Amino acid sequence: MIVGVVDAQNLVDAVGLGAIYALMAVGIGLVFGVLRLVNFAYGQLIMAGAFTIAYASRANWPTWAAVAACFGVVLVLSLAMEVAVFRPLRRQSPAVMLVATFAIAFLLQNIALLIVLKVQGQLGVPASAVAQLSRAVSVAGVDVRKVTIVSCGVAVVALGILWLLFTRTTIGLQMRAASTDFTTARLLGVSANRVIAIAVAIAGVIAGAVAVLLTARTPYVQSDFALHDMIIVLVGAVVGGIDRLWTATLGGFAIGFASGVIYGALPTDKSVYLPSVLFTLVILVLLVRPAGLFAGGRSSAVERV
Amino acid sequence: MTVAPVLEVEELEVSYGPVAAVRGLSLEVREREIVGLIGPNGAGKSTTLHAVMGLVSPRGGDIRLKGRSLRGKAPELVARSGVALVPEGRRIFADLTVEDNLRLGFAGRRSRNGAESDLDAVYDLFPAVREFRRRHAGALSGGQQQQLAIGRALVARPHVLLLDEPSLGLAPKIVDIVFEALAEIRQQGISVLLVEQRAQRTVAFADRTYLMSNGEIRLVLTPADAADTDRMVAAYFSA
Repeated sequence: MIVGVVDAQNLVDAVGLGAIYALMAVGIGLVFGVLRLVNFAYGQLIMAGAFTIAYASRANWPTWAAVAACFGVVLVLSLAMEVAVFRPLRRQSPAVMLVATFAIAFLLQNIALLIVLKVQGQLGVPASAVAQLSRAVSVAGVDVRKVTIVSCGVAVVALGILWLLFTRTTIGLQMRAASTDFTTARLLGVSANRVIAIAVAIAGVIAGAVAVLLTARTPYVQSDFALHDMIIVLVGAVVGGIDRLWTATLGGFAIGFASGVIYGALPTDKSVYLPSVLFTLVILVLLVRPAGLFAGGRSSAVERV
Repeated sequence: MTVAPVLEVEELEVSYGPVAAVRGLSLEVREREIVGLIGPNGAGKSTTLHAVMGLVSPRGGDIRLKGRSLRGKAPELVARSGVALVPEGRRIFADLTVEDNLRLGFAGRRSRNGAESDLDAVYDLFPAVREFRRRHAGALSGGQQQQLAIGRALVARPHVLLLDEPSLGLAPKIVDIVFEALAEIRQQGISVLLVEQRAQRTVAFADRTYLMSNGEIRLVLTPADAADTDRMVAAYFSA
């Protein structure tokens, strides 16, 4: 039985993956809150960060420089996306914006593929600069990869900072207001450009952190890097309740933890069944609780009135 | 020497697609004046307020605050130049505390100086808002939410306060509180443009009341006309 093969190491690793997915869900949820837009290109921001680390590794940059470059590239790309695409299309329908993010996603992915395949003649690039994070340390008799500990630490710190931002600062208050009723927030004098740019920037910094953590787990960076994770997280966020940041985050963690546990429990030749099992569960959850697994008793429609 | 009106709407034209919602509307609100805007549903009252706030773009005409045009400005810039709107349906942030709702109003201020004492001024004006300041705004009654919405607009220290049907759905006692507060707000030097359904009460209360129907101003009434319901009714139903 599955229960029999779930050992402590597997559970700890699943928590680590859950932490990374929770971070991704925060990034997606932050932008969704202020733009009502699912930024499908979020995964490609992470991919761009991963390639930055990979090429920095190849150029023998020290780890700190590779990580800093990763954050820089992802942040600049996020803000460029906001200025060049989201801002001009903000008044268009959500469908137009969603399709635009699909276009950016595949554009970035194909640019990456072209660079790697045509210029390097390879499928991927190893990101060795953060390799030391994948080494294991022994904690209470359990071998834990360093990246798992770092992932949990980063997630806890990031969520803590965000909580302080939302509850203690003016811009945080404005972002919360803008996420519930953007028009009224603007009527009060809240700057739409500022709130959105800050949400996009925070999501970008989080994407940079996720890029570092994911490259430590999967050091061979290809053009479809983080694509699979992105789809799973998106599903997790919607299942948790994308309308609210914390339910989306919890959804991201839950789906990361669940897939980590199931992956670890299934024998290698059976792991091909994981996506079908996972998505069947997702459909069931959405049928039973369409507003989200963790959304409270009140539906969001009621809260908005 | 004549002083420029605080708010001036001149030959305003607003259309929704092929439908003209406001046609050649002109009105003005002077210093420390309470001006009413009444008319049947669909007359274009809310559209006029939305055009002032920059929520809809006018097809023609101009809107000026103290002589400077607001036309084409984004809502947040209109708010920060000194126009505050108390929107229809109050639009309170139900999940935030009462005090956080008020603090959001600071976004419309031109200066942070004196912000905290303006908060106290709102609490003095509406004791019910002070009493529940730590509660979630969604837990307030409709009347308390309306007071909160007015308070939230006031902490922005606007030159002119626009209200879109503030008495809608309120008990008569609460309506009295709202109207008394407006008189007090005028005393503080803020001009008021009041869109209302309660025609007779508004005409009696405001310094001047514009009656609009079908997107146009039909009549300008003073408190002396409050008893002249025949004229009002005729204007309401004129096509």
